[in-house]
Parts: sequence; structure tokens; C-alpha cells
Amino acid sequence: MSAPLSAALHRRRRRKDAVIRALCLAATLIGLFFLASILLTLLWRGLPALSGTVFTQVTKPPGSGGGLLNPIVGSLIQTGIGTLIGTPLGLLVGTYLAEYARASRLGDAVRFVSDVLLSAPSILVGLFVYQLLVVPFGGFSGLAGAVALAIIIIPVVVRTTEDSLRLLPDTLREAVIALGAPKWKMVTLVCWRAARSGILTGLLLAVARAAGETAPLLFTSLGNLNWSLDLAQPMSSLPVTIYNYAGSAFEDWIALAWTGALLITFGVLGLNILARSLLRK
Amino acid sequence: MAGIVMHQAGGAARAQAHSAAERPPVRISIRHLDFYYGTNRALKGISLDLPDRQVTGMIGPSGCGKSTLLRVLNRMYSLYPGQRAEGEVVMDGRNILAPDVDLNELRARIGMVFQKPTPFPMTIQENIAFGVRLHERLGKAEMEERVEWALTRAALWDEVKDRLHSSALGLSGGQQQRLCIARTIAVRPEVILLDEPTSALDPISTLKIEELIDELKQDFTIAIVTHNMQQAARCADQVAFFYLGELVEVAPAAQLFTAPRHPRTQAYITGRFG
Amino acid sequence: MSQAAATSAAPPLPARRRAGKAGDAAFALACHAAGVFVLVLLGAIIALLFAGGWPAFRAFGLAFLTSTDWDPVQEVFGAGVSLYGTAVTAVLALVLAVPVAFGIAFLLTELAPAPLRRPIGMAIELLAAVPSIIYGMWGFFVIVPVMAGTIQPAIIDTIGELPVLGTLFQGPPFGTGLLTAALILAIMVLPFIAAVMRDAFAAVPPVYKESAYGLGATTWEVVRHVVLPYARVSVVGGTMLGLGRALGETMAVTFVVGNANRISPSLFGAGNTIASLIALEFPESGMGSLKLSALLALGFLLFALSFLVLAISRWLLRPRLKG
Repeated sequence: MSAPLSAALHRRRRRKDAVIRALCLAATLIGLFFLASILLTLLWRGLPALSGTVFTQVTKPPGSGGGLLNPIVGSLIQTGIGTLIGTPLGLLVGTYLAEYARASRLGDAVRFVSDVLLSAPSILVGLFVYQLLVVPFGGFSGLAGAVALAIIIIPVVVRTTEDSLRLLPDTLREAVIALGAPKWKMVTLVCWRAARSGILTGLLLAVARAAGETAPLLFTSLGNLNWSLDLAQPMSSLPVTIYNYAGSAFEDWIALAWTGALLITFGVLGLNILARSLLRK
Repeated sequence: MAGIVMHQAGGAARAQAHSAAERPPVRISIRHLDFYYGTNRALKGISLDLPDRQVTGMIGPSGCGKSTLLRVLNRMYSLYPGQRAEGEVVMDGRNILAPDVDLNELRARIGMVFQKPTPFPMTIQENIAFGVRLHERLGKAEMEERVEWALTRAALWDEVKDRLHSSALGLSGGQQQRLCIARTIAVRPEVILLDEPTSALDPISTLKIEELIDELKQDFTIAIVTHNMQQAARCADQVAFFYLGELVEVAPAAQLFTAPRHPRTQAYITGRFG
Repeated sequence: MSQAAATSAAPPLPARRRAGKAGDAAFALACHAAGVFVLVLLGAIIALLFAGGWPAFRAFGLAFLTSTDWDPVQEVFGAGVSLYGTAVTAVLALVLAVPVAFGIAFLLTELAPAPLRRPIGMAIELLAAVPSIIYGMWGFFVIVPVMAGTIQPAIIDTIGELPVLGTLFQGPPFGTGLLTAALILAIMVLPFIAAVMRDAFAAVPPVYKESAYGLGATTWEVVRHVVLPYARVSVVGGTMLGLGRALGETMAVTFVVGNANRISPSLFGAGNTIASLIALEFPESGMGSLKLSALLALGFLLFALSFLVLAISRWLLRPRLKG
């Protein structure tokens, strides 16, 4: 073995390793840079118009002030109702997959379909609910928007519920059964309780995702520049309002769009951080 | 061997007293029991009587079927399709393997403690109350009484009486296992099945639980599966030795460990195979 | 047992037994029904999209897939332009995202010191949580000016001068276009691909890596020759997952893609994707019109595309029995 050859080889390998390490560091910095850019832009552009009137005034034509009250309330309502509809369904499906159908063909089909719904483009959910609830009834509605959000929430809750329940050891289940409990009590009184942090995390993540969605609402609740709590009428929402304002040519609307974007993003990110810290406990 | 004989001096006296007086009544009678995991026959023609308010120990090498037998007694296998039992297990004149038996009620009468402690994600009080509530309707005061009684019988009351409303998950391993025992007792079963209850515990907790078993048998019929022969010798009144799904020999503990009749029993207890 | 004891073991109260059984039956039914509901939901989505798009499919036939016409006045519609835009932006987004995702995954599993791993991982996950409309706004107001002012002119002056490759980078630097859209998409799918890769790298049994390190291999060599082959299938599966997401993104793309119905040879040219076209044209489509039907037909195509990609990705990522 000639000493200079192996030394040169070592040097080359170490150099290559160093280059790759530098590239990986660069890649990570790129990712972090974009995150920082997004957050800083939101703060820089969104804070100026952030004042009390944003939360107290309804949307008004450009040039006459106005705030984001009805979009905020509309988003809260639609997301809230969507959560109320979607969570029990998602919980039951996840429970079905974990407790009744671990290795059955029907269970495999349901699991697959749930994943399809999870990754389906949200614009298609909007189109579907449009066909289902808008066309037959002749008009856009807040209820249709809530249903669209529910469809977005369900697969997330299904996945996290099933995963959380599957993590529970079978000896826990047997211990409950050994006391003479029927299966439904074992699942609802012990398993759900034991898996509650995972299930709750999934729910928060699902809500965070639904709260930020624009496309499904474009086709279902459309948006409403007036104050309205009527679920049978078009309803305002924050993402749709941001979309309309940002694409307009009016400075004050664009400024309000940034403020709205700031509110949504930090709300959604806050929910995400909360959810993940819950999981860690 | 000599050590075991010395320890069993008391047990031998007890066993002699029993046979001298009358045969104790039989709580559970297992008759020609076969058990199948799918097509694999794991238990072959088991016939064994569990005497009332005595401890029956079940020993044997890994895979011999002793845990399988235990799980037949409370129909735990019914949870899993593909597992089935044939034969008879008679308690109070009824065959508990029959399809029309109410499993929930059966499990209230035959309780089970598992190898790994399984505290429920609730407070200590709620852990105990959970089982009771499945079968009885007790008022608040009665429930508290029952909880105290169960924890006392399980030798845990003094250690937890000030924190009944804290999470059971905060207890140590030995305490958790005694909690599981208390939980099982609280339902007031007639039979308690113990599936290697101390193999996951430290020696001190193991000793505490063995002492517990000695007290519990005054009120409950106990069947204990253990891979620890010394434990069987210490705790059991009669011991059954299993090998490859068959019941090789059953005898009073003292007799099985000093003068086993079957050569395979002899080989096992002298450690020639494990 | 004595006779007295036998008769005292009376059967349980009938009410209690029935309650237990009824509870089990009802709960099991509820769970099963919920499972079936999910199947019905997907079926309904497919059915309604197809039924809504059927008039367009019937009117234009298979040519719908290739025609580049989009004329609301003459009522002639084709998916050609948007299919092209969807495919190009998605593939380009992957080309940009996969190496960066790999670098991040490598760093998170092998290079970064332990206390830094969780915060960095969390920050990358936050990228995934940002709503897509935010990406659209940020893309339009921040990235597009930079593209128009700096990057696109720079590319035109350098790569744009090359013979064959240069045709991809021609045209006035408006800042919008397919390349910009691909860039935004790349940032959006980056965290998903990185997460799958990181999980795949972390799942490699340490003993394999340790035996390579023990022979004196550098970190890069261990990853290249041990980790990557072991995790290769998962890496591809994760990439396809990212592809699926990129295909369906709407709001991020709508702001920056330029929204023009033509296939231009240059990546700087405006175009559209299926999702952005649907979002843009929907407000002006009356209920029951052929145009709406064309949009629904496009939606069906998009669904078929992402379904296919997802099915492949899931098949690749299925848990494998490994020795």
C-alpha cells in the first residue's frame, strides 16, 4: 500500500464529505430562510393595518375604512360547524379501523379511501360540495362551506385516531375485558381515554388545516361582503376575503388582506405548535 | 432441593391436614379440554380440578400451554377468531365453554391479573370503581368503602390512601400490579387467575405479592401460572406440571417437588430442561 | 360443589345481559357505518364530478384531453393547456424540491447536533402548515418582483444564451409564469418530502450504519451506500406524495402562474394549471353551462391524476416485511 495514494484518497473522500455537508446545511438554511421570509413579510405588511377596527368593523368598499369582522366570524362559524360534523365521523371511522377492522379487506379499503381523501386536492372537495349542496338548492351557503370543511377534517382525524389507538398495548384491552366489560365500554371508556392526547392533537391539526383553506369555500359559501349569520346564505370567510382583497387594485384592501393573512397564519401556526406540544406530553 | 423441602414444611402440613379431613370442594372442573390456535392443537385432553379456596400452581417450560389454559378459564380466547376450545370447564354445574354463557358476567366471577401491570389512565379510585360499576350500582359512600376494602386486601391502602385521586400511572411497578389485583378483587370474583404476576417485578414487590396470595386464598380460589418453580413451591397448595400441551402430573406442592411420579416432572424440576 | 351452591348460581339478570349485548351491537354498527360512509363519500365525489363533466366529455370526446382551445364565446373547451401546465409545474417543483428535501432529511438524521434536531424539524413542519393562500400572496408580492427584477434577467443573460436549453428561458421577465409557480410549489411540497425522507432514514437499523462507520466510511458514504439503498423505495414514495400535493395546489399557483391559455415554449411564459383554471373561470360560469361542465371535467381529470399518483406512492410506502 503506497502511502501517498491512500492519503490522497482520504483527502478526496473527506473533501467530498465536507462538500455534501455544506450542501445539506445550505438546503436547510434555504428552507428556514423561506419560512423566515414568509413570517417576516406577514409581520411587516400585516401589522400596519392591524388595529381594533379590524375586529369590530365589517368589510366595506375600498376607501371607506372597514375591517374583517364578518370574515373572521364567518370562518369561525364554518370551521366550528365543520369540526362538529367531521370530528365524530372521523373518530368513529378511526375507531372502526383500529378496533374492528385491523386486518379485514373492508378495513383496508376504508383505510385507502381515507388516505385518498386526505391527499385529494381541496379544490375538488369544493367542486363536489358545489354539485351536492349548491346546485340542487340554487344558491351558495355557509352550510355548504361547513360541509366542505368537514370533508377536509374527517380524513385527518381518521388517520390520527387510528394511529393513536393502535399504539395502545393489547394487554390494556384484555385487562378491561377481563373485568367483564363489554367491548363498547372498553373502547369508549378506556381506549379513547388512553389515546386522548393523540386524538386531540389530530383534531387540532385538522382544524388548523381547515381554517386556512380557500378553494373549497370559493365554490360553496362564496363570500359575503355584508354581515350575515345565516347558514343558508353565502357566508364570508377570512381566506376568501383575503383572496378577493389581495387580487384587487385597491391599496387599503390589499393592506387588509395582509392583516388577514397575518391573523390566519399565526392562528394556524399557533394551533400546530399547540398540537405538537400536546403530543409530547 | 433440600431448601425447597424446608420451605414447604408448613405447606406439607397444610396439605396433610386437608387430605386428613375432607377433600376440599372443587370450584372449577376442567374435563378433557382441547384447545386450538387455528389447526394447531395447543392443549391436549386436559383434565384438572381447581379446589375451592386453594392455590393451584401451573408450571412448565415455555410454550407448554399453561397460559393458554388460564385464558380458557375466563374465555379470554373468545376475543380472537381462530382460537377455539373443545371439552368442558364446569363451574357451579354449568359448562362455561357453552356458547350461551354471558361472558361479561363470567368474567365478573373469574378475574384475571396479567403479567404486565395495566393501570387504566385514570385516578386510583376510578381504576377500582371502573370494574365495580360494570356490574353493580353503588352509592358514593358504598363505592368508597369498596375501594378501601379492595385496596386493603391488596396490601396497597396505606400507600395510596392519601392520593386516591391522583393518576394510577404515577405508581411504581409493584404498586401498579397490586392495584390491578385490587381492581380484580373489587368486583368480588370467586376465582382469581394470575398469569405470571411477578415476572415483571423486582424481588421485593414479588415477595409482597406472594404474601398477598397467601392471604387472598382465604376468600378466593386462585390459579397461578409461573415459570418460577420456587414461587410455585412457596405459594401453591397443588401444582400442575404441563409439557407440550399435556398435563403431565398434578400433586400437592410438597409431593410434586420432593417425590414426583413422572420422570419428565423430575427432569424439569431438577433443571434438566427449561 | 354442594347442591345448594349449584342452585344459588342463578343466571344473570336478563336486563343486564341484554344491555351489554345491545351496546356492543349498536357501537359496532355505528363504527362500521362510519367506515362505509367514507367509501360512499369517495364514490359520491367521483360520481358527481364525472356526472357534472359528462356534457363536456360527450361534446368534445377524447380530444378534450389534448385540445388547447379555451373559448367561452364559441363554447369550445380543451384541457390541453392546463394539463401541460399542471404537469410542467409539478415536475419542475419536484426537481427543485427533492434535492433540498434530501439535504434537510440528511441533516436532521445524521449531521445536526441532537438538541437542534427538534427545533429545525419543527420549523420545517411549520412550512407545511402555512395555508396555501399565504404562499400565493407571498409569492406574488415578494417572489415575483425578485424574479422579474433580478433572477429572470440573470437567467436570460446566461442560460438563455445557450442553444437548445436557452429556448426554455426566453421572453420578457414579468416575474410570473410556470417557473415561478414551480418555485412556489417546490417550497410548499418541500416539507412533506423531507418528512417522509427523514422517517425513512431514521428507520434504517443503526447496526447497518454502525458497521459502515466502523469500516471508516464518511457520513456521506454511509448515507449513499447504506441508508439510501435501504430507504430507496420510501424516498420514491415520498417524492410521489409530494407530486400529488403539487398537482392539486390552487391558491399558491393562481397568484403567480400568469393565467394565460397558451402553451409557451419558455418557462417564463404565462400559463395555467387545472386547479388555477378552475378557480379563475368558475365565477363566470353559470350553473348548467357547458363551461361549468368543462371545469368539472377538468376536476375529474385532476382527481384521476392525483388518485393515480397517490395509489403508486402508497404502494411504494407500504410497510414491507424486511429481514
